[in-house]
Amino acid sequence: MDVILLQLLNGLDKGGAYALIALGLTLIFGTLGVVNFAHGALFMLGAFCAVTFNKFLSLEIVTTDPTKTTAWGSPLEIRTPYIEVYFGDFGAWVLNYSVPVSILFAIPVMLLVGFIMERGLIKHFYNRAHADQILVTFGLAIVIQEVIKSMFGANPIPQSAPELVRGAADVGAVFGYDPGIIVYPYWRMVYLGFAAAVIGAVFAFLQFTTFGMVVRAGMADRDTVGLLGINIQRRFTVVFAIAAVVAGVAGVMYTPILPPDYHMGMDFLVLSFVVVVVGGMGSLPGAVAAGFLLGILQSFASMNEVKAVLPGIDQIIIYLVAVVILLVRPRGLMGRKGVMEN
Amino acid sequence: MSLIRKPLNRRSILRAGAMGGAALATPTIFTSRAWSAGYLNEPTGSEVVFGFNVPQTGAYADEGADELRAYQLAVKHINGEGDGGMLNTFTSKALGGNGINGKKVAYVTGDTQTKSDAARASAKRMIEKDGAIMITGGSSSGVAIAVQSLCQEAGVIFMAGLTHSNDTTGKDRRANGFRHFFNTEMTGAALAPVLKNAFGTARRAYHLTADYTWGWSQEGSIKKYTEDIGWDTVAAVRTPLGAGDFSQYITPVLNSGADVLVLNHYGKDMVNSLTQAVQFGLRDKTVNGKQFEIVVPLFSRLMAQGAGENIKGIFGSTNWNWSLQDEGSKAFVKSFGQEYGFPPSQAAHTTYCQALLYADACQRAGTFQPCAVKDALEDFDFDGLGNGPTLYRGADHQCFKDVLVVKGKEAPQSQFDLLEVVEVTPRSQVEYKPDMADVQGDLGTCNNGA
Repeated sequence: MDVILLQLLNGLDKGGAYALIALGLTLIFGTLGVVNFAHGALFMLGAFCAVTFNKFLSLEIVTTDPTKTTAWGSPLEIRTPYIEVYFGDFGAWVLNYSVPVSILFAIPVMLLVGFIMERGLIKHFYNRAHADQILVTFGLAIVIQEVIKSMFGANPIPQSAPELVRGAADVGAVFGYDPGIIVYPYWRMVYLGFAAAVIGAVFAFLQFTTFGMVVRAGMADRDTVGLLGINIQRRFTVVFAIAAVVAGVAGVMYTPILPPDYHMGMDFLVLSFVVVVVGGMGSLPGAVAAGFLLGILQSFASMNEVKAVLPGIDQIIIYLVAVVILLVRPRGLMGRKGVMEN
Repeated sequence: MSLIRKPLNRRSILRAGAMGGAALATPTIFTSRAWSAGYLNEPTGSEVVFGFNVPQTGAYADEGADELRAYQLAVKHINGEGDGGMLNTFTSKALGGNGINGKKVAYVTGDTQTKSDAARASAKRMIEKDGAIMITGGSSSGVAIAVQSLCQEAGVIFMAGLTHSNDTTGKDRRANGFRHFFNTEMTGAALAPVLKNAFGTARRAYHLTADYTWGWSQEGSIKKYTEDIGWDTVAAVRTPLGAGDFSQYITPVLNSGADVLVLNHYGKDMVNSLTQAVQFGLRDKTVNGKQFEIVVPLFSRLMAQGAGENIKGIFGSTNWNWSLQDEGSKAFVKSFGQEYGFPPSQAAHTTYCQALLYADACQRAGTFQPCAVKDALEDFDFDGLGNGPTLYRGADHQCFKDVLVVKGKEAPQSQFDLLEVVEVTPRSQVEYKPDMADVQGDLGTCNNGA
């Protein structure tokens, strides 16, 4: 039972990341009809917003100690972060909380990136075949990847969670287990709560604002909304930028779990795309439900007891589910009738 | 009067077509410029070309970049530029700082992308098009084994870069291939006694293993040596290469009864699995009345930088570390540091050594002919390259030297000062017979490509 509970928790935080990326993917597909294979790169860009912000905060005053030399004979450098020199304890506090604080930096950056991507490239492919859209966005993802690699290198760059949430919680104690049987990192719980909050905010935005109502109307019948004199295209541009922000902040908060590197977006993209297909192309609740469902299934499939019966099942489980869904219900779990069915 | 002396007819066109077709169908490897001579790519001008095949893109691009820096430095030193680096401390004095056998060294580079097919393609290009006399580099055992096999078939020498699997000089050994880097067998032999002293004999280990040739090799060696000191292996779980999130593999460790987690991961996988294992509080746990421990058998400074603070206090092994204080290491660190502004990694060290060792062997053999160079390298005893007295064993083309057992440093003095050498395991303790069960193989015969 304890193992099942642990894998359920694992699946939830993994599912949270899948759901956040898939939410943006399906939002873009539902509004613009574009299959955006660069969406994983937006997740990665968000993560590197956190890295950049941290590097900025960590800019150092470099002085040399003439009495000491390095192993290759140059004077030993002494480095102190500017922020600690100028702001003392407050500077150290900001540095400690650099990951959550960098969300404030990531939001405008990702809005801008989303806006430039949509206006500069994606809009030219609205009326082109999905194959063209996939090719161009996949190409764009590779370009973004290579730019990041040339700037930050190929190795992962670790980002620390704030000290307050660095350890692990004894979750088992709540359920009456002995101490240390079910422990779970605090930051993963924070991530799960964060994912739920962002998903809730996106749904609330679409459900309870006039802007959201127009977008939903546009998703249902773009032509009629246009006939009412509403510039739906402009709203869809904003939707693209919002989807970029959702992916970006998901990436920011994921950095303490997975040290970011230039390829992390690609690792998540394929899985998230499967999530969208399983949930139903264009279905927001479908993307969220499928994200959590596949995250949990993937975790359970990794259990030694399961792998002893079905070796290698952890590698194929989500693709297996996708195949079954596509065979049995081509529009996905909550997809609109007609989408992906012909 | 006709200008055509022999009028075209059906027969002459067919004959010409057949000859042209045969010429085009001949693999370029048989028509390259060196084939008129005694061996493949025999240098005829004033230069000899080395082929540096390193990962310039992909997950190991940073290691590849460091390897390339070391190769460029080695070429400088062989050609008599710079301060000479480890040529000054190398016990063989055959090289005089004026190239090799009167020829200056030039080089071409290729990108392995850490993929076997891409690595073979770039090595083939360097041999066929660029006339490389020797191929060297790589940062993965899968790649090393694939390229070594290609070099054997083509008839050039392969000087392996960072490859740690037993198979490179074990079951996949080749007469044309040589490895300076240590292997998992040596890691097991060096690490186990240190682990015994640090953690005792009654331990229960849980292995997470990268699911490819190197991971299997390391898991096998570590299991063998830790079980010899009395440890039990609770489970050995294979994880997909590049899994990213290892949480679903780490959580079963919590209640497995294991009190040691052995991470048979390298590179990004090691950074991720170690970071996540620490996040799950494994290092704070007490199991079976003992403090839970994590072991990372193969360490690299570049990877340690990725793991950040999580590396502190964790045991592992390494081929070389820049903090060593022997004359060879000091000379190399000084030379590399002055050139690039930071100390070299173990990948840089092994590739620099391989370039120097190959150059020295050619000079001693008086030729670049692969089989003569092979003879010069086999059973060659040397010192002064940072690892103490070293033997390039003829039976399997594996270098035998001291192995470093290291620990993540608790109080680093700089961003490079991450590993603390806790023991230099003497060569005699890590030597094994070339026909031992886990490492036996057949070198085959040397190929000159002629």
